[in-house]
Amino acid sequence: MRLQLSPEMEAFRDEMRTFFTTQVPKEIRDQVAARRHVSREQYIEAQRALNAAGLAVPHWPVEWGGRDWTPLQRHIWREEMQLASVPEPLAFNTSMIGPVIAAFGNQEQKERFLAKTANLDIWWCQGFSEPDAGSDLASLRTTAVRDGDDWVVNGQKTWTTLGQHADWIFCLVRTDPTAEKKQRGISMLVFPMDTPGVTLRPIQLIDGGHEVNEVFFEDVRVPAENLVGEENRGWDYAKFLLGNERVGIARVGATKKLIAQAKEFAREITAGGRPLSEDPRTLARIAELENELLALELTALRVVANSADGKPHPASSVLKLRGSELQQAATELIVDIAGPLSLASFADGGSAVPDWARVATPEYLNYRKVSIYGGSNEVQRTIIAGTILGL
Amino acid sequence: MDFTYDSEQNDLREAVRGLLQRAYPDTERRRSVVGSDPGFDEKTWAQLAEMGVLGLPFAEEDGGMGAGPIEVGIVAEEMGRVLAPEPFVEAVVLAGGLVAAVGTAAQRTAVLGPLSEGGSVLAFAHAEPATRWSPSASAVTATQDGDGWRLTGVKEPVANGARADVLVVSAAVDGGTALFLVQGDAAGLTRTGYRTHDGGRAANVTLDGTPAELLGEGTADRSADVERVQALARIAHANESVGAMESALRITAEYLKTRKQFGVTLNRFQALTFRAADMYVSVELARSTALWASMVADAGGDVVAAGDRARLQTSRAGRHVGKEAIQLHGGIGVTAEYSVGHYTSRLTAIDHVLGDGDWAADRLAASVDSYPTVDPLGAPYTG
Repeated sequence: MRLQLSPEMEAFRDEMRTFFTTQVPKEIRDQVAARRHVSREQYIEAQRALNAAGLAVPHWPVEWGGRDWTPLQRHIWREEMQLASVPEPLAFNTSMIGPVIAAFGNQEQKERFLAKTANLDIWWCQGFSEPDAGSDLASLRTTAVRDGDDWVVNGQKTWTTLGQHADWIFCLVRTDPTAEKKQRGISMLVFPMDTPGVTLRPIQLIDGGHEVNEVFFEDVRVPAENLVGEENRGWDYAKFLLGNERVGIARVGATKKLIAQAKEFAREITAGGRPLSEDPRTLARIAELENELLALELTALRVVANSADGKPHPASSVLKLRGSELQQAATELIVDIAGPLSLASFADGGSAVPDWARVATPEYLNYRKVSIYGGSNEVQRTIIAGTILGL
Repeated sequence: MDFTYDSEQNDLREAVRGLLQRAYPDTERRRSVVGSDPGFDEKTWAQLAEMGVLGLPFAEEDGGMGAGPIEVGIVAEEMGRVLAPEPFVEAVVLAGGLVAAVGTAAQRTAVLGPLSEGGSVLAFAHAEPATRWSPSASAVTATQDGDGWRLTGVKEPVANGARADVLVVSAAVDGGTALFLVQGDAAGLTRTGYRTHDGGRAANVTLDGTPAELLGEGTADRSADVERVQALARIAHANESVGAMESALRITAEYLKTRKQFGVTLNRFQALTFRAADMYVSVELARSTALWASMVADAGGDVVAAGDRARLQTSRAGRHVGKEAIQLHGGIGVTAEYSVGHYTSRLTAIDHVLGDGDWAADRLAASVDSYPTVDPLGAPYTG
């Protein structure tokens, strides 16, 4: 049992902190700190800065740019990045398709895609969910039928995040409709978003933003070489992908940053003749949230330390479940601090409402997603009850 | 940061677990022990002494084992797991801890040696009927009488106050709060013991010009010492709570797998299994905080703040897990014959001895605006 970081880890933490706060452009970090949408160009610029320093894909195999770090180093890397308001490397690239290609792709695919994926030269999007396949992903119906050297894809995907920026999509398709288990007839295909027959349609969200899309496929011809891994083994790759980097999903650093901001915002608001930062009820609420977050961070550290051979600890479901709840609680706290100012969501010039209060409610509404994506919290409870408690 | 135990610590856990499992193999055995005074098993107490557990946190020159908060946490967790009624936290960590922190070398040898050997039970007489969770004394006062002191006033509830051979008593003096040793057979000492809901014992301790020995030298205010040792006890209680919650959850999960209603076992009902999953989340988060607080204490960090954090987390978790454990059982959960309700009772008792969750949250809230973020990796944690 040891509380403190070793001198080497202290030095590592300093190195990360220095890099993130000096080598990623300040305008981009300010945009993240202001909780405003980051543009495609800004994402790319930030990820390239990280990649040039070997900090975009440290969890990949060393051969393809990984760093062979300990779980603690990865925790520190992520935490410092979030505290410095650095946009995280695009998850679709670095946590999803990259590791899948590195683990299951052929040599040609690795050489073709991995370096460009790490550097965000290719922007990937995810073609998993469908209108009738949400939490029950294996019931997906988009088909791919072999025709000569091509697969012909027909169907529809949805919730495709930032698909409007994407160059390529990685897609789960049904290649064997006769398979006895529905999981066994699924394959993974990758193809450019500008392939004829691909149509993207934006979905407007309650926060007023455009973040997710529907994607339609009509006789989309995909070369056979774009199959990742083996035919009809796509479900295994999807599970690998979704289980990858569970630890990061707690997003402790990001929530910590939100709470620190909430404290600052509370100083700006006067209630009952004194700053909200002196209101006992507000302070107690912050204290409770902060303590829950501490417990989550410590649990993340326990879980990473006990993750044997890269397999996620069963308790990692706790991180997703609680991590999403605390992110939501932090955004809710900020809306409540903003109070009536939170109504000025779409105010432009000529409004006296501070920017943080304008974005508060859209972000709170947007963050309802975090307990839904990546395996909804109900799915996580099912995993805990079944896998851990044996119920 | 490293959450793994070393081999000596694992050995300690195995030894304590073995002893306690033999002492309390089932609910019936525990019920019979707590059914008669002093509310714990003197033989088990002696065995704990023999194993070195009762002297665990004290310096070797004072008759102890020279271990630290991590080892104390291990023992407390094992006590919680079987709801062992022996007053390890109350007598050793709290009352003994005060003697170790404040006492002179002669007092430490005289008091901690017999405590460690199992020959003497200690109790901390501090709570006063009209106040709560203060580190200071007000209703019991001390006056100098020649070379000695005399105490007057009422302390209640005092855990194990009737059984204790020696009482550590806090009392108001001119400079603030001082600590005193009072022998169980002192003149002017009246002790009225009773059962507490969790199977323990407490007492009304009435002092009427009772002769007492000043603990330590001088009468400078000892509130800060009380605060610090109470924080160590809160952290030990947090570990005890984790052990109790883990057992309550395990028992509940077993029950859901075996109890049948509507022709199927209860684990077929998602309304129940999801609630059990939430209990697991509470237990694991509480465990992380309890372990961390033990490490803060071990590393010499801000033990008072860490104690408050551990108290808050285990208070919330203890209430959640304790109440749900009963509800998921149904009626059998509130029967004395069955184990699970006793866990809830113990968790409820722990929640009120040294401050509840709201109390801890208010204390943390007082400083929440003075720092941007909580950094558990900071070296060492400084509140």
